[in-house]
Amino acid sequence: MIHPGPIFDLILMTTLITLAWLLLAGKDLFRAVVLFISFGLLTALAWVRLGAPDVALAEAAIGAGITGALLLVGLGKLGSAERCRRTVRPATALQRLTPAVLIAVIIPSVAVILLLELRQLKTISFGQQKLVLSLLDISGTDHPVTAVLLNFRAWDTLLEKGVLLLALTGIWSLDQAHPLFHQEPLSPVLKGLSQLYLPILIIVSGALLWQGSYAPGGAFQAGALLSAGILLAALGGRSLPSYWPGLPLRLLASCGLLVFLLVTALTLLTNELPLNYPQELAAVLILLIEIFATVAIAVILAAAVAGGHPAERHKHHSPSPEKKP
Amino acid sequence: MTIPVLYAGSGILLFFIGLHALLIRRHLLRKIIAANIMGSGVFMVFIALGARGDSAVADPVPQVMVLTGIVVSLCFTAVAIALAVRIHNLTDCTTLAADEESSID
Amino acid sequence: MTELLTLLLLLASLPFFLAGTLGLLRFPDLYCRLHAVTKADNLGLGLVVMALLFQADSWRQIVHLLLTWLLVLVAGATVAHLIARKARDDGHQYWRR
Repeated sequence: MIHPGPIFDLILMTTLITLAWLLLAGKDLFRAVVLFISFGLLTALAWVRLGAPDVALAEAAIGAGITGALLLVGLGKLGSAERCRRTVRPATALQRLTPAVLIAVIIPSVAVILLLELRQLKTISFGQQKLVLSLLDISGTDHPVTAVLLNFRAWDTLLEKGVLLLALTGIWSLDQAHPLFHQEPLSPVLKGLSQLYLPILIIVSGALLWQGSYAPGGAFQAGALLSAGILLAALGGRSLPSYWPGLPLRLLASCGLLVFLLVTALTLLTNELPLNYPQELAAVLILLIEIFATVAIAVILAAAVAGGHPAERHKHHSPSPEKKP
Repeated sequence: MTIPVLYAGSGILLFFIGLHALLIRRHLLRKIIAANIMGSGVFMVFIALGARGDSAVADPVPQVMVLTGIVVSLCFTAVAIALAVRIHNLTDCTTLAADEESSID
Repeated sequence: MTELLTLLLLLASLPFFLAGTLGLLRFPDLYCRLHAVTKADNLGLGLVVMALLFQADSWRQIVHLLLTWLLVLVAGATVAHLIARKARDDGHQYWRR
């Protein structure tokens, strides 16, 4: 009997590549965005097949969910028509030739070389897995991915919190928040759905956060779910971000990085190596970082989808944030 | 052993499909989607290389790098869309200004 | 016994997914296509969840599975409603034989 696993893998990969080609080559941009969301969900399936459930959760929530929302909001603002001012400056022969050479010669040949290189791949009995597992006892968590994420390579995660905050700063400097957040709900059914889902999303997000200490889950996935909750609440008619213009919103968005930096500073003071937690405190410190990271990620992602800085109260020309009675 | 090769190969193909579209498609949003697909391709190679071992779960270190990568590519997408919207608001363009007239239809 | 039940329920779910997909691709207007998709969501997924219930190790997993189905049902119904409402407001034509 043939094992069905590899056949499934083959079908999945064929579908993914076809989907990527279709959505990038097609004419309709809305269709491309929708296909991209399904591309993300199928990619999540690929991560499960490769034994990476943490990545699968993050891909489904962030890669497909939040990115999809971002693209849809962006499409709503940009429109799908290709418009540009024509420049009369004629292209030189070199300028004209370079993209053609790149597309026709260099890209296919590099792709073929890389694909041929795959033959050199060898089975390895273990990568860094054995090392991680051997150090798991002192890491303060029972889940290898969380151990790497928040202990062994905590630097990466610290900097990534910085990237998130930097991205939000960039978005806020470019535009004002989408009126999505100051509207009546599209339909009473949507309002009902948001009222039903918000508590569930908060609970599931908390559960995922806690679960990260022993199983797939953690701050990213929990934060993405929580931000979905915020967005759903906004779509259901609660103008949440305008509840906290100014300092509270900024504090919520930056609390992840601030707490992480605080822990870094404390570890520097006590044992002279940044983010080298004392073993008995590791579990508590990791949980502390993760709780604040979840809140910060949720707020930053939701604000990113809103796509601009919140309306300021003192600016008379901007619509003042509605207060719910 | 063939399964990681299948996934890594698909990852490479996805990267180049994305790169191709990034170069030839003109709408900014399409370029952003293309860059995201390139990212997915890179992540797939990473995880596939981490899944070469005997155990059922992939190597945690590449998993963590991809987790971070997913969040960073989301940040990229968000900022890129904000920039595209800004370009659109200022110039009413949804593509980059073209130098080569030949490719405009 | 549980293996057999799982298998039978999974097989029973397939026609719904097949019909849903065919309907999505071939039905004449948006409203009919929405109708077709909900079949796959509701009954197809319901049967898959029931099949998996027999494979669950604990009550916790059973609750997870049932909740998943319930949430997909609610979300699917809401999204179908929103799409249909938007289509009606935009003046999409109903299909007439």
